[in-house]
Amino acid sequence: MLSPVWLPLFVLGMPFVAFVLLAVVAPLRRAGSPAALVSIGATLLAFAAALAVWRGAFVAETTWAWIPADGGPIATVGLLVDPLSNAMLVLVTLVSLLVQIYSLAYLGDERPASLGRYYTYQSLFAFSMLGLVLAPGFLQMFVFWELVGLCSYLLIGYWYERPAAARAAVKAFWITKLGDIGFIIGIVLLWSATGTFEFTELFDKAQEHALAIKGLPTIMFLIYLGAVGKSAQFPLHVWLPDAMEGPTPVSALIHAATMVTAGVFMVTRTEPLFAMVPEVLTLIAWVGAFTALLAATMACVEDDIKRVLAYSTISQLGYMMAAAGAGAAYAGFLHLLTHGLFKALLFLAAGAVIHAVGTNDIFRMGGLFRAMPQTGVVFLVGTLALAGVPPLAGFFSKEAVLGGVWEAHFTGPFLMLAATALLTAFYMFRVVFIAFFGRAHAGGHPHEAPWLMRGPLWLLAALTVLVGIRLGGAEGHDETPAWLVPLSIGLAFAGFGLAWAMYQRGAIDPARVATVLGPLDYLARRRYGIDALYAGLYRGLILGFSRLIGWIDRYIVDGVLNVLSALTLRGGQALRGIQSGRAQDYVYGVAFGMLLLIVWAQLWR
Amino acid sequence: MIGLPAYLVLGAFVFSIGLFGVLTRRNAVGILLGIELMLNAVNINFVAFARFNGDLTGLVFTLFTIAITVAEVAVGLAIVIAIFRVRRTVEADRLDLLRG
Repeated sequence: MLSPVWLPLFVLGMPFVAFVLLAVVAPLRRAGSPAALVSIGATLLAFAAALAVWRGAFVAETTWAWIPADGGPIATVGLLVDPLSNAMLVLVTLVSLLVQIYSLAYLGDERPASLGRYYTYQSLFAFSMLGLVLAPGFLQMFVFWELVGLCSYLLIGYWYERPAAARAAVKAFWITKLGDIGFIIGIVLLWSATGTFEFTELFDKAQEHALAIKGLPTIMFLIYLGAVGKSAQFPLHVWLPDAMEGPTPVSALIHAATMVTAGVFMVTRTEPLFAMVPEVLTLIAWVGAFTALLAATMACVEDDIKRVLAYSTISQLGYMMAAAGAGAAYAGFLHLLTHGLFKALLFLAAGAVIHAVGTNDIFRMGGLFRAMPQTGVVFLVGTLALAGVPPLAGFFSKEAVLGGVWEAHFTGPFLMLAATALLTAFYMFRVVFIAFFGRAHAGGHPHEAPWLMRGPLWLLAALTVLVGIRLGGAEGHDETPAWLVPLSIGLAFAGFGLAWAMYQRGAIDPARVATVLGPLDYLARRRYGIDALYAGLYRGLILGFSRLIGWIDRYIVDGVLNVLSALTLRGGQALRGIQSGRAQDYVYGVAFGMLLLIVWAQLWR
Repeated sequence: MIGLPAYLVLGAFVFSIGLFGVLTRRNAVGILLGIELMLNAVNINFVAFARFNGDLTGLVFTLFTIAITVAEVAVGLAIVIAIFRVRRTVEADRLDLLRG
C-alpha cells in the first residue's frame, strides 16, 4: 500500500528526473527527438500518477526540516496534498503532456539541439509548477514561484536570436519580478510576525483568531502583489501580450496551466488568510474586474490571433481574481481549471492555424473553416466555452464567478464582469468569423495539421465538452439568483450576434463603429498607453538614474582616481631627475648625507 | 714625540683627498685611485690607534685591509677594462645607463 505522500512525490519527481537527465546528459539533449521522448514519457507517467492521486482524493501533509535552527527548523519543505492541489496536479500534467506532444510536430523543423533545449525547459517548467502546487508553505512556494518565472523567461525567449523574443522574455521576467518583490517582503513580514511559513499552521491560527497582527492588511497586500505580477493583473499585465513571441505551445502552457495560474492558485491556497482582510479582498475584486474589462476591450481591436487570446487570458484571470476577491475563491479556482482546458485548446488550435498559414494576422487568414475543418471545429468549441455558452465548461465556471461576485454585493465589479462577458463573446467570434469564415486571403494552401497536433486538440475539445456536461449535471446553484443563467447566456449571444452582424453579415460597418467609439478605439489600440507609460517611466527614471550614476562614476569616482594617478606621474617626473645614473652623483649624496650626520652628531646630540 | 691627534689629522686629510678624487675625477681609474687613498687613510688610523693603545688588533686588521684592497683593485680594474671594451670609454660621466 502506497502512502498518500509517495504518489504525489512521484508526480513531482518524474519531470525533475527528466530535467536532470536532459540537462546533464548533453548527447541525449542534443539528439532532439529522443530528448523529447524522455520528457514526454516522464510527463506521461506523472500524468498517470496525478490521475491516480486525483481519483483517490489523497489528503496528506508531509514536511521535512530544511533550515535547522535552535528550537526547531526555520523552514520546511514537503508536500501538501489536498483536493486543491490534486486538481491542479491533473491540470498541470495534462496540459504539459499535450503541449509536449503537440510541440513534437509544431517544432519539428527545429534543429535537434534546440529541440532538446526546449524539452529540457519544458520538464523544468512542469517540475516547478508541480512543486509550487504541492508547496506546504510560503517559502517553498516562493522558491518554485521563481523557478516558474525563470522557466517562462527561458521559454518565451526560446527563439532568442530574434530580438523581439529576447526583449519579450526580459520584459516578462522584470515585470513579474516587480510583483515578486512585494511577495517576498510580505512573506518575510508574515514570518517575522507569526514565526512560521506553513500554510496549515497559519490557517489554524487564522481560525482561532490568533492572527491579529498589526499590519496584516499590508502584509496580505504585499503578498497579493506577487499574484498581480504573476497573474498579469492591471497594472502589471503588460508582459503577457508580449510573451506571445514564444512558440505557440509555450503560450498555451503559460496561459493554461502554469505561470499565470500560479497567482490565482496562490490566492486560492491562502484564501483563509485573505479572508481576514476584507479591505484587500475588495481591492482584489475591483482590480480583477477592471483588468477583465480593460483586457477585453484591448482584445476587441487586436489583429494578432495570439494576442487576442493573450488579452482574453488576462481578462479571464481578472475573472478568477474577482471571484477570489469576492470570497468565492473556489468559483475562481473552478474557472481556472476549465479555463486551463479551453485556453490550451484555443492556443493549440491557433498554433495549428499559424502553422498552416504562416501569419498571425487574422485579416490575412479567412475561409480557413473549409481548408482545415477539424481545427475549425475544435477552435469553435474553445470559443463557445470561452464565450460561456452552455453546456460547455466555461459557462458553468463563469456563471459561478458572476454569482459569487453578485452574492458578495460587489455591484461595480459585477457590472464590469457582465460587460466583459459580452465583449468576450464578441471578440472571440470576431476572430472566428474573420479567420475561419471570412473571404479567403491566405496565400498558399492551408492544410490540416499533422495528427500529432490534432490529437491533443481533439482530446482537449472532448474534455471541454465532457467537463461542461459533468459540471452541468452536478450543478447545485441554488444560492445564485435565478436571472443569472439567462443573463449570462443572453450576454454571450449578444456578443455573438454583434460579431456576426459586424464581421459576417456586414450589417454594421466596423469602421463606423470605430469612428463612433473614436477615443475608446484609439486608446484600446494603443493599449491605453500603459506600455508607453512604462516605457516612458523606464526611459525617464531608470535611464535618468543610470545617466546620473554614470556621470558620478565617470567624473567623481574616476576623477579622484585620475587626479591621484596624475599626481603620482608628476611626482615621478619630478623625482626622476635625481636618478642621473652616474655613480659619482650618488657618492655625492652619500658624502653629503654623511656630512649631515656628523654635523648632527656634533651639534645636537 | 708626535701625538695621536697628528696621525688622525693626517688620516682625515688623506681621506678627504681620496673622497675629493672619487667625486671629481672623470676617469674611472682615477676614481679607483681615490678609493685607494680613502682605504689607506683608514689604515693610518688603525695603525695609529694600535701604536698608542698598545693593542695589536689594529695591526692585524690593517694587514687584512691591505690584502682585501689588492683584491678589490684587481676586480675594479677588471671591471674598468670590461667597460672599456664595450663602451670604448672609461669616462664616468658617460656611464649613465641607469639614468631614470
